[in-house]
Amino acid sequence: MATLIDLAESPVRALNQALHSTAATSWRVRNPRGAHAVACGIREDHTVDVEGHVGYYCAGMNQHATVTVHGNAGTGVAENMMSGTVRVRGNASQSAGATAHGGLLVIDGDASARCGISMKGVDIVVGGSVGHMSAFMGQAGRLVVCGDAGDALGDSLYEARIYVRGTVKSLGADCVEKEMRDEHLAELAELLKAAERDEDPADFRRYGSARQLYHFKVDNTTAY
Amino acid sequence: MCGIVGLHLREPSLEPRLGALLTAMLGQVVERGPDSAGVAVYGDPRLSPPGRAVVSLLGVTPAEAEVALPGAVAVAADATTVVHADLSIADLLAAVPAALPHATVIGSGTDMAVLKGTGNPVRLAESFGLAGVTGWQGVGHTRMATESAVTPEGAHPFSVGPGQCLVHNGSFANHATIRRELRARGVEFDSENDSEVGARFIAHQLEQGADLEKALRLLCERFDGFYTLLVSTGDSFAVVRDAIACKPALVAETAAWVAMASEYRALDVLPGIEHARIFEPEPEEVYVWRR
Repeated sequence: MATLIDLAESPVRALNQALHSTAATSWRVRNPRGAHAVACGIREDHTVDVEGHVGYYCAGMNQHATVTVHGNAGTGVAENMMSGTVRVRGNASQSAGATAHGGLLVIDGDASARCGISMKGVDIVVGGSVGHMSAFMGQAGRLVVCGDAGDALGDSLYEARIYVRGTVKSLGADCVEKEMRDEHLAELAELLKAAERDEDPADFRRYGSARQLYHFKVDNTTAY
Repeated sequence: MCGIVGLHLREPSLEPRLGALLTAMLGQVVERGPDSAGVAVYGDPRLSPPGRAVVSLLGVTPAEAEVALPGAVAVAADATTVVHADLSIADLLAAVPAALPHATVIGSGTDMAVLKGTGNPVRLAESFGLAGVTGWQGVGHTRMATESAVTPEGAHPFSVGPGQCLVHNGSFANHATIRRELRARGVEFDSENDSEVGARFIAHQLEQGADLEKALRLLCERFDGFYTLLVSTGDSFAVVRDAIACKPALVAETAAWVAMASEYRALDVLPGIEHARIFEPEPEEVYVWRR
């Protein structure tokens, strides 16, 4: 039986302190009503169900825990996540999974601009579409988009891999489409399975870095 | 930062609650702008009685205003004095500088009052008597000043044309250039605030014959910088964001109302939010709702 914390009665700080304890492993959070920093910084193998919409930075810095938001999430959901799983049943606002190093972020609906900005190893699966500049400066990890991607996908990308099923409005600087080889189909199948999705990996295209921005080009000296 | 809230009512039975709902919304964005606040309310019978012209003034007391403008009724709202008179808007606006040379006009119209002040937005809402205000539309702003001083004049909304209001989260980069261009065309300014330039630009375009959609599209073409704008007129409620769209905005819509806010928590206070269609406005797309 899950331990219930009602944010209509307790402040977010009390919730996050409780989630740092090992008094229980299963938690329910009621009445988030758009509050910021809900279920942040968890370091335990907890299961947390948040019943409603959350504000900024929900499940930020997560380690080990499985956090499910039964609603929409504001800016920076699962930002800087290290491990564990964060699932948003609704839509996510901008910068979902920003700078996250590990774990799995699943957004059942759409994610808006800059999804996976500066991602450093996290896996992100978006059931819907993502907004402009998604995976901007992505360094490692995988971004899977079952819908469409907005403008400037993968701008200034380092090594993150991007899979998109629908259309890409435009590619950002140094992001190119790449061949979908067997190992990519296999890793995509695994990611879709982990996200409990039934899309066919064969319907996706792969995008990655052209690696042309890694080193300064002497030809550009006069541009500065 | 800065916080924006706005509510456009479709269901007349909610009109008695406009001020109470706007107060609750404003209370949720205080952290985004704790230094000053302002609201514009459309259709309150005490602030803007039907058939009378209304001006909102800074720098004068209600007593001074009533003495200087015979026949006018003045209502105090924190730093603001709202004056209404049985005149045309043009005549009332013409009478103010002569009768009250120290006053700054911060709003005018037949159906709208603008209330501004400095300090904590929750205290200001109380000082405005906002919870008791009624009407069909309201916008509010909590300010974290970046581009100019913390004064009542620098608080939003900026209302520079009849019934028009603009609230802004962000900062315009090329406002000085556009201010110079508008000045060259005879447009006068009250402050050095970047957001005022946006409001003057829109008012100028509307005056030149553009409709609100076109004025906002032209603003997107001409202005550089960060902005989420909520613009209202005597019959409209409009939202637009810059191409980067880093300043937050959420719209919620039901059969009874359309609302916009910087954050979801300000929308959560509205009746029927659980059934609302909630979305983030797309960058450089103009959204307009009409009465």
